[in-house]
Amino acid sequence: MADTTQTAGGALASSALFGDIWRNGLLAAASWLLAAAVTVGFTDVVPWGQTKLFALLLVIGAGAFLELAFTVHRLGAIGRKLVHYGPWWIALGLWLAAWEVSTAKLGWLPKPFFSPPQGLLHVYLTDWDRLLVCVLYSLRLWGLGFFSGIAIGFIVGVALGWSKRFSYWGMPLLKLIGPVPASAWIPSAFFIFPTTFGASIFLVALASGIPVIILTASGVASVNRSLYDVARTLGADRRFLVLKVAIPAALPNVFVGLFMGLYSSFAVLVIAEMLGAKYGLGWYLQFQTAYSAYANVYAALILMALLCSGLVKLLFVGRDRLLGWQKGIVQW
Amino acid sequence: MVAVLASAPEPVTTGLAIELRNVSHAYDLPSGRLAVLENIDLVIEPGTCVALLGPSGSGKSTLLRLVAGLEQPETGSVLADGVPVEKPDPSRVLVFQDPTLFPWRTVRRNVALGLEAQGRLKTEGHRIDEAIARVRLTEFADAFPHQLSGGMAQRAALARALVNDPRLLLLDEPLGKLDQLTRLTMQGELLSLWQQSGFTALLVTHDVEEALLLADRVIIFSDRPARILGERRVELPHPRHRGGAELIALRREILQLLGVSEAI
Ligand SMILES: Nc1ncnc2c1ncn2[C@@H]1O[C@H](COP(=O)(O)OP(=O)(O)O)[C@@H](O)[C@H]1O
Ligand SMILES: [Mg+2]
Repeated sequence: MADTTQTAGGALASSALFGDIWRNGLLAAASWLLAAAVTVGFTDVVPWGQTKLFALLLVIGAGAFLELAFTVHRLGAIGRKLVHYGPWWIALGLWLAAWEVSTAKLGWLPKPFFSPPQGLLHVYLTDWDRLLVCVLYSLRLWGLGFFSGIAIGFIVGVALGWSKRFSYWGMPLLKLIGPVPASAWIPSAFFIFPTTFGASIFLVALASGIPVIILTASGVASVNRSLYDVARTLGADRRFLVLKVAIPAALPNVFVGLFMGLYSSFAVLVIAEMLGAKYGLGWYLQFQTAYSAYANVYAALILMALLCSGLVKLLFVGRDRLLGWQKGIVQW
Repeated sequence: MVAVLASAPEPVTTGLAIELRNVSHAYDLPSGRLAVLENIDLVIEPGTCVALLGPSGSGKSTLLRLVAGLEQPETGSVLADGVPVEKPDPSRVLVFQDPTLFPWRTVRRNVALGLEAQGRLKTEGHRIDEAIARVRLTEFADAFPHQLSGGMAQRAALARALVNDPRLLLLDEPLGKLDQLTRLTMQGELLSLWQQSGFTALLVTHDVEEALLLADRVIIFSDRPARILGERRVELPHPRHRGGAELIALRREILQLLGVSEAI
């Protein structure tokens, strides 16, 4: 298709060209241009800074969509994804225009609480170094807590599911402690641990570990007994039964626990940072709210959304790698 | 190995001799003790194929689990080549009624299970593809179990057992859940595998005809708790014919022993 548009001349080329135009791409370019026009066409009620730059970015975006409207068909998988989200790009331009009008231009929404898009842009440009440090601090705390939590949770879960004696002593404790939300431990954790950092790691680990323990244990305990019989008649020892039968069979359950743990680790991470940390996105939110710097708050919220959904996405990728065999058995 | 496959002049392995001495077994249920096997005495000569027939729930699978070493008899003893059976061993492989393939492993990796568990994968890994070829699944070696038909899954389970070169193959109604056509083909396949390999075979089946077509001896179990009601030798050369007069006569005798009338 692309070749004919390039090689054939005259009328044929233009008709083939029109056949290939991505209409939603044109509309997206138009809606982004509209947002840009609104941004520069009217003056801000109060100066927010970066109004011109924001408009410039919108124009660049509109230009990109205009270009894509003709070339997207040659981009393969990425192109198909862009086309799939066509209506979203249009809506995004309209949303930015409406946001611009209701905040910066008309001041309909109460001023200190609602920042226009250029306010956020201003924050990213002026406070990027502090935000970056906060992201790194949050990632460090989350990483230490989450990975130690799921590692311990997985081992304890396998032990609970596998060993009768371990389960005799462990299960009642787990049933008692498991349902307590991790945030309930915050006051005593800060009191018990020598540093707030240690306490925060413990809380994140607890939040992510408990669901992993529960689901791993139930997964290991409910493995089809005949799989063990088969493996034993083929010469498997206990180590093989645990590592090559029980754990792979329980893995779908383990992943359910991992997803639950991931979500609750975010919740506890932010609360712990708000209460005890000197840096981190949770601390940033708290700190900026105290100074009524709401543009900073929204800027941090957007970063947080990207970060958390990125981590969820990574876990999905991991699941697809390890549990690909389930395709065709369960709804994927 | 391949040469032996082609002409099969002499068996690859020597079959195990199995002896059950006065074996009784029971299960503890919440409602009380459930006696399953009662004073079973049975000698199986190496390299023979013995079929076990009996009503469902009589204790046939239990007997196979005892011989496999998955469970210990309550009283009496199970001997393999004169040595008491104390635990499972890859020389005595059990093929279950359900193929019980590991769903997260491809056919090839399922067949590899035994060698992997015994730490022989590195040195003897080439036997995996040979075993898969023996059950004609080469095209499906990389398929997952849920992508196989019932008969193919059962053949994969068979390959998983055969790759260990078992000296005793315990078959628990391996064809029970297959359709008639697949059953007939697989009966032929089982027979030729047994003839090629020289292992001892103990086959549980609920199909009298299948027992008579495949086995040298047919043992008949009573209702639970199972005792041996009787046995019949089938001294006919292979291939046997379903409609043969001797086979029909034996079939009638066995059904009478089981207390089933042929005319319904
Ligand atoms: N693990 C077990 N625990 C308790 N009862 C069992 C167990 N396995 C089998 N049984 C019981 O033992 C009896 C014989 O079972 P089984 O050997 O499977 O019979 P068959 O294979 O001849 O149909 C059945 O009544 C069954 O319910
Ligand atoms: Mg049975």
